[in-house]
Amino acid sequence: MDENRNVIISAKDVEVKFRVRDNYLTAIRNVSLDLYEGETFAIVGESGSGKSVFTKTFTGMLESNGMISNGSVMFHGIDLTKLKTDKDWEGIRGAKISTIFQDPMTSLNPLRTIGYQITEVIEKHQKISKAEAKKQAIDIMERVGIPNAADRFDEYPFQYSGGMRQRIVIAIALSCHPEILICDEPTTALDVTIQAQIIALIRDLQKELGFTTLYITHDLGVVANVADRVGVMYGGQIIEYGTVEEIFFDPKHPYTWALLSSLPQLGVKGQDLYYITGTPPSLYNKIKGDAFAPRNERALKIDFEQEPPFFKVSDTHYAKTWLLDPRAPKLEKPEAIRNLHEKIKGMTDKGGAFHVE
Amino acid sequence: MSNEDREVILSIKHVDVTFETGHKKKLVAVKDANFDIYKGETFALVGESGSGKTTLGRAIMRINPCSAGEIDFEGKRISGKISREEDRNVVRNIQMIFQDPAASLNERATIEYCVSEGLYNFHLYKDEEDRLAKVDRALESVGLLPEHKSRYPHEFSGGQRQRVGIARAMIMDPKFIVADEPISALDVSIRAQVLNLMNKLKAERNLTYLFIAHDLSVVRFIADRIAVIHLGEIVEIAESETLFKYPMHPYTTSLLSAVPMPDPVVEKTRKHIVYDPSVLDQSGEKREMREIRPGHFVFCTSKEFEGYEAKMAQMEQEKG
Repeated sequence: MDENRNVIISAKDVEVKFRVRDNYLTAIRNVSLDLYEGETFAIVGESGSGKSVFTKTFTGMLESNGMISNGSVMFHGIDLTKLKTDKDWEGIRGAKISTIFQDPMTSLNPLRTIGYQITEVIEKHQKISKAEAKKQAIDIMERVGIPNAADRFDEYPFQYSGGMRQRIVIAIALSCHPEILICDEPTTALDVTIQAQIIALIRDLQKELGFTTLYITHDLGVVANVADRVGVMYGGQIIEYGTVEEIFFDPKHPYTWALLSSLPQLGVKGQDLYYITGTPPSLYNKIKGDAFAPRNERALKIDFEQEPPFFKVSDTHYAKTWLLDPRAPKLEKPEAIRNLHEKIKGMTDKGGAFHVE
Repeated sequence: MSNEDREVILSIKHVDVTFETGHKKKLVAVKDANFDIYKGETFALVGESGSGKTTLGRAIMRINPCSAGEIDFEGKRISGKISREEDRNVVRNIQMIFQDPAASLNERATIEYCVSEGLYNFHLYKDEEDRLAKVDRALESVGLLPEHKSRYPHEFSGGQRQRVGIARAMIMDPKFIVADEPISALDVSIRAQVLNLMNKLKAERNLTYLFIAHDLSVVRFIADRIAVIHLGEIVEIAESETLFKYPMHPYTTSLLSAVPMPDPVVEKTRKHIVYDPSVLDQSGEKREMREIRPGHFVFCTSKEFEGYEAKMAQMEQEKG
């Protein structure tokens, strides 16, 4: 890891609360995260873990009943948590930090042509003529792999397939040359074959244009493909982060263990798949100790009493679990994910189930 | 396993499903589907969106009519016009599990009602007491508690809701289940729970599943046999192990290569093969299902078949 890389955005002790019928729900509990310029960081977690909510604080897109009750998000010397109106956000949201959402059909306007929707963004953020905007739009459509871009400029979203629509969403997001691209489950609504193409497209564009990517996903296969670094979220907190190799081959938090163990790719036919019992914690109540403890069969007594701090595993790898305390018993990760690399390699090498010529 | 000795529960015979898409325009969603499903197996139908996999599932459920061919269940035709009595028999014996448990349950009805709905429709209970006992048993079989009866769907997590959806199907004591992407909308950890539950129920009740999915990694774990469908045509059918070991059709290969593997070192060097139909024989010869090895069928022309034969011979030599 390059130590003197520039931090492009820095979230510190961010806490987000939602007001739900006279009640407060704490969706994000003191999350800190630094993103380095040009890297791809992936946040993984189950639904409700807060991964989307957390990244929405980067673009001021929290729902109206939500608020940032603590912490800061520093971007180019501006604390994004202090920005209030849409006017404040102008020049940042959509221009320097763009987001791609899950479902391309709902992020595009069905009543406007594809061309209109791309040029709209370009015209808004760069003061240029209509003709110039159209030229740029066709150029970016070609870049994201739309064949006959000039002809398809005047078509409507319904005339595009799902994968093509997501390409358009990417084109719109990139039309203002953002510094950070947030991809919120960009391929979840797409087929596997299309998913592979979209992932490759984002990666190629990143190489070419040099933006920083923040991926949000629940699919560890996608994470393995795209990420340089990974953060695992649970119950509104990042509970472990490190390089992608550290998270897959040397995970430390029991939740990361559980998440990896329940992958269907690791299932053995005729045997039960591993699964996590119980349900995620209710975020209405104050969480005591380690949020994952009630679902962790091997939880320690202290996990129920006191919240663990981050323990350092390496310069790049930190985990929030009491298991890393020197006084804790030495627990080994579950059998299913030991020698993960050898297992997966066995599946993709010649003779394995997922080997392709 | 020799397939001849096994009892066929559902037989799809040269089925086409066509939709009218406007004046004199037609869309053939499923073309000449022709296969048998054996009693007690999990048969997976794998393909992308728009491939016709759900349409075929719905044709079995008598929701979409077949425009050609027929579907037989336990030796009796169930497609086209059948008597009202037979129709009820089909509804009772073939149940469906849907993709999105939030959308498939009535949000204004209690779990008790959701689960009993089939019992009401078919008067499958002696008295109130009997009905409640049946609901309790169905809930227990999917790992929910009898006290959940009085709750509403929104009070449950995604995985629990999907289990209510399964209980709703199970209470009818069906013989055959069409599971249409039952885990696609669920989180990884919950997927595992639902898959385990489906396997458990299958073993306990000798059920047969048609499992519709787009994800080969899940199918490998649950299916006995797999059919790959592409643009309405079934391109390959084989036993699960065989399909993974000896994928013949280039589309099957591209699907296999697209499954993301949870390993950063492997995944970053992995080739993703994009399916290119131009590699197929373009002579215009009509394609048909040809058996390359016992129980392993590929949809191809005679020229392509020769190519697959050579590929198979080479793979067998390499893989032993």
